[in-house]
Amino acid sequence: MKREMTGAEMVLEALKDNGAKHVFGYPGGAVLPIYDAICQQEEIEHILVRHEQGAGHAAEGYARSTGKPGVALATSGPGATNMVTALTDALLDSIPLVCITGQVPSNLIGTDAFQECDTVGITRPCTKHNWLVKDVDDLAAVLHEAFYVATSGRPGPVVVDIPKDVQFATGTYTPPSPQKTQHQSYRPAQKGDITAIRAAVELLARAERPVLYTGGGVVNSGREASQLLRELAELTGAPVTSTLMGLGAYPASGKNWLGMLGMHGTYEANMVMHDCDVMINIGARFDDRITGRLDAFSPNSKKVHIDIDPSSINKIVQVDIPIVGDVAHVLEDMLRLWRCENMQPNPKTKEWHRQIDKWRARDCLAYRNSDEVIMPQYALQRLAAAVKGKDYYISTEVGQHQMWAAQFLPFEEPNRWLTSGGFGTMGYGLPACNGAQVANPDALCINVAGDASILMNIQEMSTAVQHGLSPKNFILNNSYMGMVRQWQQLLHGNRLSHSYTDSLPDFVKLAEAYGAKGIRVTKPDQLDDAIAEMIETPGPVLFDCCVAQLANCFPMIPSGKAHNDMLLPDEATDEAVANAIDEKGKFLV
Amino acid sequence: MNAKNVDALSAYFLEDLENNQETHTLSIVVDNEPGVLARVIGLFSGRGYNIDALSVSETEQRHHLSRITIITTGTPQIIEQIRHQLDRLVPVHKVTDLTVEARRKGHEKPLERELALVKVRGQGENRLEALRLAEAFKATVIDATTEHFVFELTGRTNKVTQFIEIMRPLGLIEVARTGVVALCRGSASMRDEMAADI
Repeated sequence: MKREMTGAEMVLEALKDNGAKHVFGYPGGAVLPIYDAICQQEEIEHILVRHEQGAGHAAEGYARSTGKPGVALATSGPGATNMVTALTDALLDSIPLVCITGQVPSNLIGTDAFQECDTVGITRPCTKHNWLVKDVDDLAAVLHEAFYVATSGRPGPVVVDIPKDVQFATGTYTPPSPQKTQHQSYRPAQKGDITAIRAAVELLARAERPVLYTGGGVVNSGREASQLLRELAELTGAPVTSTLMGLGAYPASGKNWLGMLGMHGTYEANMVMHDCDVMINIGARFDDRITGRLDAFSPNSKKVHIDIDPSSINKIVQVDIPIVGDVAHVLEDMLRLWRCENMQPNPKTKEWHRQIDKWRARDCLAYRNSDEVIMPQYALQRLAAAVKGKDYYISTEVGQHQMWAAQFLPFEEPNRWLTSGGFGTMGYGLPACNGAQVANPDALCINVAGDASILMNIQEMSTAVQHGLSPKNFILNNSYMGMVRQWQQLLHGNRLSHSYTDSLPDFVKLAEAYGAKGIRVTKPDQLDDAIAEMIETPGPVLFDCCVAQLANCFPMIPSGKAHNDMLLPDEATDEAVANAIDEKGKFLV
Repeated sequence: MNAKNVDALSAYFLEDLENNQETHTLSIVVDNEPGVLARVIGLFSGRGYNIDALSVSETEQRHHLSRITIITTGTPQIIEQIRHQLDRLVPVHKVTDLTVEARRKGHEKPLERELALVKVRGQGENRLEALRLAEAFKATVIDATTEHFVFELTGRTNKVTQFIEIMRPLGLIEVARTGVVALCRGSASMRDEMAADI
């Protein structure tokens, strides 16, 4: 029903009509009318963050843990620019985010007014699309379109920039149309080409050494896609590996599971990728952390690539059978064909599975444990044991702890693992954990962090306390920027330039300063009790887990090396580490 | 604008991309809205693609649609990437690689024309020579005094370039060029393949 209202009221109305229930934001001059509208209604709950970047990451955590779009709100100028990191993070990891920013009044745009910046100009390359709304009568349609663009096709962040006078102006609000009207120009394909799908299925049935290489696209495609992936793995017997972004789509307890692949992936996953004869890429994008050295990437395989974004296909690796479409739709067609034609896996795959078992037996995640100091891997194993059987969500910051968490924490369901994969944003984890907790108030939400990363958005502890959220920050504290130090050891003769953090805060006192709980452990035998205490504490916790300072994250494909050229923990002597990367590899990131 | 980014594919792609370069003409139909050109050229600069020539104007006023013509250089794989990257911009309705279309239909190239305005200053023999050559190139005089001519010339890029080079010793002082506009030969149009509701 069409109604007259102010632009500010339209924002709230459009959020409700598009199914939003929470907004993460921070007020300021150019969004005051929207904040005035927020406090005069009850359907949309506003979560007050302590920094706009925190609002963006919280909305991302909310989106990843629910599959629904996250909503963030910021004022003009610095409010908008503070949001840029979170927007780019969401763009790289394909997270649906609707970000609303205030703008100076229309008549002041272009005059270098107070807190003015060219928000649409600045956010153009870091959003899927953005809009500056100059007429209040366009506002409703733009907001509905923003939700459509953020959530359809390959999801991503969008920005709607609204000048203050448009927020005050009165206009006509039109609700989203119940019949889905087609967008003028943006209509991503859902169904894949059936001829290509048939060819892929036949290829898979003939394969002697198949692998399913899955990614974040499976998670983004929805619950059903994960279910269909499990069925496909069961029917075909093909082993399954996943990128960092896709963890949980196939259960870690599944019998076909190889573990994560890529730079810090498992030996078995990377060897399977290298030696396979048929690779089915399902919603992954051949990222450089995955492929390693490109000219030696899976040299003898036929490759199928399922992706909803045509620009992902043949971007980095040329494939034999491209399939443009939504993962769930394509997997459904694949399964139907497989069943209709009563296909069976090639008997020769038995040999393949025997080979995989040999690789598994290499036990590539092994590490030397200690009674004296806590090994970071051990801490995560104890954490995994403590949360087993619980309804848990894990976010991470970025660095060694993130890779160890991906290696040692098992995920049985999609949407449970929230991490900054593509952009690698330190400071992502705590706000994302807050966002996940808002969406799942009764679940256990843990942020696996490093001592350096956690400080990048530590102020969000205050958000958590105010809103009754209980993020459990499990800090693997080694006083170093561990991954930076590891790369300095690999590349720069172990000259540890500025990767040691002197004067770290006392995390226990810091927690108390925020009105939260702080726990410190320094010995392995204290871990279990302390983790239990962390989980039982009702509010936010900073868990200061003091771990071995110089542990390295292995296995690792050194830069510029191939999948079958991994550095394994038991072979990683100081000399091997120092010489792992050659001159060419040094130039890579 | 045409800085080459040899690492455009990925940080791990160390091979030389200089060989196998092709020049293609892309035609892009977009919503005529503020910022749309910035989105298109920002994509080229952000991803390290080349723009050799660019022209843009509203072509269908009733539907607020503009047509952008871009000449770009890259390997066939990069050009395919450019097409897909353009296609996923929200206000882009249709991207056609006219070079590929022309080849598919058995033509060497699409129809391509460029317009140039060329100002030549001089007296005596040079002035007469400039006028004679302009006639040979079918350029028209659109402005003149006893000391100068402004010629208008339309044609393929190499013809325009050749004309400018010939005018250089005869007193050439200023040139403006439109960049290339292009269409496919034959009775088909990009509109045929675009959504029927436009």
